[in-house]
Amino acid sequence: MSPDKINRMINQIATFFETQPDADKAGCVADHLKEFWEPRMLEQLADHMKSGGDGLSPLAHEGSQRVLDMPA
Amino acid sequence: MKDFILPTRMANGDIDMGTPRSKSTNMVTLKIDGFDVTVPEGTSVMRASAEAGIQVPKLCASDNLEAFGSCRLCVVEIEGRRGTPASCTTPVGEGMIVKTQSSKVKKIRKGVMELYISDHPLDCLTCAANGDCELQDMAGMVGLRDVRYEAVANHFEARNSSGDVNTQFIPKDDSNPYFTYDPAKCIVCSRCVRACEEVQGTFALTITGTGFDSRVSAGAGGDDFMSSDCVSCGACVQACPTATLQEKSVIEMGTPERSVITTCAYCGVGCSFKAELNGDELVRMTPYKHGEANRGHSCVKGRFAWGYANHSDRILDPMIRDKITDPWREVSWDEAISYTATKLRDLQSKHGVKSIGGITSSRCTNEETYLVQKMIRSTFGNNNTDTCARVCHSPTGYGLKTTFGTSAGTQNFDSVEETDVVIIIGANPTDGHPVFASRLKKRLRAGAKLIVIDPRRTDIVKSAHIEAQHHLPLLPGTNVAVLSSIAHVIVTEGLMDEEFIRTRCNWDEFAHYAEFISDLRHSPEATAMLTGVDAQELRAAAKLFATGGNGSIYYGLGVTEHSQGSTTVMAIANLAMMTGNLGKNGVGVNPLRGQNNVQGACDMGSFPHELPGYRHVSDDATREVFEAIWGTTIDPEPGLRIPNMLDAAVDGTFKGIYIQGEDILQSDPDTKHVQAGLAAMECVIVHDLFLNETANYAHVFLPGSTFLEKDGTFTNAERRINRVRKVMAPKNGYADWEVTMLLANAMNSGWTYTHPSQIMDEIAATTPGFANVNYEMLETRGSVQWPCNDDNPDGSPIMHVDGFARGKGQFIITEYVATDEKTGPRFPLLLTTGRILSQYNVGAQTRRTENSVWHEEDLLEIHPHDAEVRGIRDGQYVRLASRAGETQLKAQITDRVSTGVVYTTFHHPDTQANVITTDYSDWATNCPEYKVTAVQVALSNGPSEWQEDYNAQAEQSRRILPAAE
Repeated sequence: MSPDKINRMINQIATFFETQPDADKAGCVADHLKEFWEPRMLEQLADHMKSGGDGLSPLAHEGSQRVLDMPA
Repeated sequence: MKDFILPTRMANGDIDMGTPRSKSTNMVTLKIDGFDVTVPEGTSVMRASAEAGIQVPKLCASDNLEAFGSCRLCVVEIEGRRGTPASCTTPVGEGMIVKTQSSKVKKIRKGVMELYISDHPLDCLTCAANGDCELQDMAGMVGLRDVRYEAVANHFEARNSSGDVNTQFIPKDDSNPYFTYDPAKCIVCSRCVRACEEVQGTFALTITGTGFDSRVSAGAGGDDFMSSDCVSCGACVQACPTATLQEKSVIEMGTPERSVITTCAYCGVGCSFKAELNGDELVRMTPYKHGEANRGHSCVKGRFAWGYANHSDRILDPMIRDKITDPWREVSWDEAISYTATKLRDLQSKHGVKSIGGITSSRCTNEETYLVQKMIRSTFGNNNTDTCARVCHSPTGYGLKTTFGTSAGTQNFDSVEETDVVIIIGANPTDGHPVFASRLKKRLRAGAKLIVIDPRRTDIVKSAHIEAQHHLPLLPGTNVAVLSSIAHVIVTEGLMDEEFIRTRCNWDEFAHYAEFISDLRHSPEATAMLTGVDAQELRAAAKLFATGGNGSIYYGLGVTEHSQGSTTVMAIANLAMMTGNLGKNGVGVNPLRGQNNVQGACDMGSFPHELPGYRHVSDDATREVFEAIWGTTIDPEPGLRIPNMLDAAVDGTFKGIYIQGEDILQSDPDTKHVQAGLAAMECVIVHDLFLNETANYAHVFLPGSTFLEKDGTFTNAERRINRVRKVMAPKNGYADWEVTMLLANAMNSGWTYTHPSQIMDEIAATTPGFANVNYEMLETRGSVQWPCNDDNPDGSPIMHVDGFARGKGQFIITEYVATDEKTGPRFPLLLTTGRILSQYNVGAQTRRTENSVWHEEDLLEIHPHDAEVRGIRDGQYVRLASRAGETQLKAQITDRVSTGVVYTTFHHPDTQANVITTDYSDWATNCPEYKVTAVQVALSNGPSEWQEDYNAQAEQSRRILPAAE
């Protein structure tokens, strides 16, 4: 999966939760990723984040970091 | 005393009660031939007699049609009334005393029959309806013994006795591929004409002329059945009491001697059918009148398009090959299964447990689907299972679970009979779900109002005796903006159902939602620029929905297959909640499911993150339930979805896939990406009826069985669990569940199922919504809608009656976000895709039937203006290109689509509409955005390079070596 595709998918998710009333929007993004993303996709996300996570929106970036920090 | 008797299901329920059931709750008691009978007010004397077990002779009456009173055979005598009224048109009265067999009426009936028979060819022994003819039956019943009239002027002899041409004779019309119309045998009872109007709602048939010149006629003068508006649903053939309208299969094979009730394997309506056979030869499929989804109606696919089961293209022997460039080699089942098992285990030992996976089939049974996901989770040891719902209704699952708590539609199909205002959005029911469409049209003709939200002017917008009050022709991709505007009007004008919201939802949550939606940016005037929908029309539609009585919403893939698919589903749920349109008859949120068992495939745990019953794999308690029965451990992490599997294959971490009854190469978006993913895998196993497109990239082909060849259940769009019954032995040797079991056992699973009923028992034992479902119960009840458990022992026709499954209904903020797929100078038009009545999905079945006479190729619908500026004329080949790929097909110029929008179907691999579609997808579920692709259209000089390469590869790949001696 290319970084572009990772960015597009997570930015889409973040765009949705950005509009929601939840206090912890980054937590919502992280939960969504945890619920639906297979571990090797999260590994690819981890690699992408290590190299800076360029192209992720601020909320997408924060949510990505949060899901990677979750215990396996 | 004979009391009110419910029609029995004996003899497969074929007793025709003569006139429709009355829905009145006031009961009336009368005496018929000395028996007391109590029936609902409004029942006809004919039906009351039938309830008492007394059949009054009849020809023009049938219990699926309103009484007509034309044949005069059903006359009776009623004490205190003059004359001999027709029992079909006479309603019962309290204390009425009826005689059905007086000497007076017997004489009248015999006279009537004598006249009928005098103008009918007496070729009974060689007639196709011999033994299945009501005219024959009635002649016998009234005791007709001789005919005194000579047929001087008649309709059945081509030439009269002096050899002159009989101008009243009309030759047989065999233009329809499935049935013939022989006017010589017609008794002009009008049942076919009424069936076409009342049951199907197409109005293709009429009676021309009067008196002796009255004839049944399809279309206008000069039309035959094929050129008329006839949609070949078969209702007229079913209604015909003689051989006038007769299935060609019966003409060819003879009348069937036995029948088995089963469920259609085409769309998500899930019609019940009688498979009628001689021995193990299927003669015809007829709609089962006690089927609760279809109530005795059918469409051209289920009724007639079953010939694929015997098509010569069907592969009956397993085949393997090492490389996809090799020809196929036919092998024994043993060799195929052990080859496959070894290969999959080798891949896992080399590349890891998670390097393989599978796709369950929404065309297979619940039991088969359950076994495939079980094999993946417990035998393969990972959660890499997905199903075609990924590419159709996964947003429905996500959206309705979030808002209501259950991933399913809220109603049964009967509910449409009580609806007052219908919104249809992103669905084309007359083509995609024809039997439901007929039931809807019947309600619309009775006065219900209709709002259609669709980029195209679909047939439901305007057709015979139907016209939508409002058609909102939105630009593809703007569903959320339009639905938000409708909600804006309802909320800002105070038209919501406050009591429902206060009791059934969270008021504070609604207040927040109301503040959001009341913002002027959601007003119809503000959104009109981007949606293309007239603001006044939208306002009127919103008001109609909110104030017009029972409001129901029916939707299809035009809702889900967008980057905001899940958001749109939630916007629909918001609308239903704010107007209080849930929890009773006539309302609700109704996803029209594409394939016969999409609902079931989702219920059965086909998704990579959910075990059966929609419970996340990370939930320890749920995993323990299955682990205890399966004796294996289940991975607590979600697996790969179909698009993720393809990505992982290209990345080199996903190496093998078992695909049951699904053709992802043709049906999934961005064909080139699917090709690349499949080509990167080392073991692709296709389990199907035919060498489908995906099989071009397969290493193992396991022959599949048709729905006629196995036992099981399908779950339709209304959550109805319906039996599929084996009517013949599998031609390939094994039912599909047996094939899956062979493979699982070759990988040391030790499964011991001997019948699908045992699989259903395991489903019931593990899945709360199915707790009380078993085959014995289905035999007794016919069908049941889940949830069916101790709380809902009779199943659940309507959901969320007293409260939502999740407790309080949840309003979700639905901000419109434009898709990334945008038009521009290179790709200025928007392509949207759909299906057509006569073809089904990728066409693997219907293309192998006579249905292709209605649609032999995919066409590109384009507006006259867009065609003109490109110099395109109707029927010319055009090149359709997007940033993903290009193909060639013929243009069809029509103003059914707006300017700026083009449309095509995806039924034919020669066109491969999906080489055009992109890999954009729904934000929540990865459901592909099939419905919006920016394209350019230009005149073409021949097939695209891609088409030529594709066809060459397909031809090469389909070679089969002769079997070794």
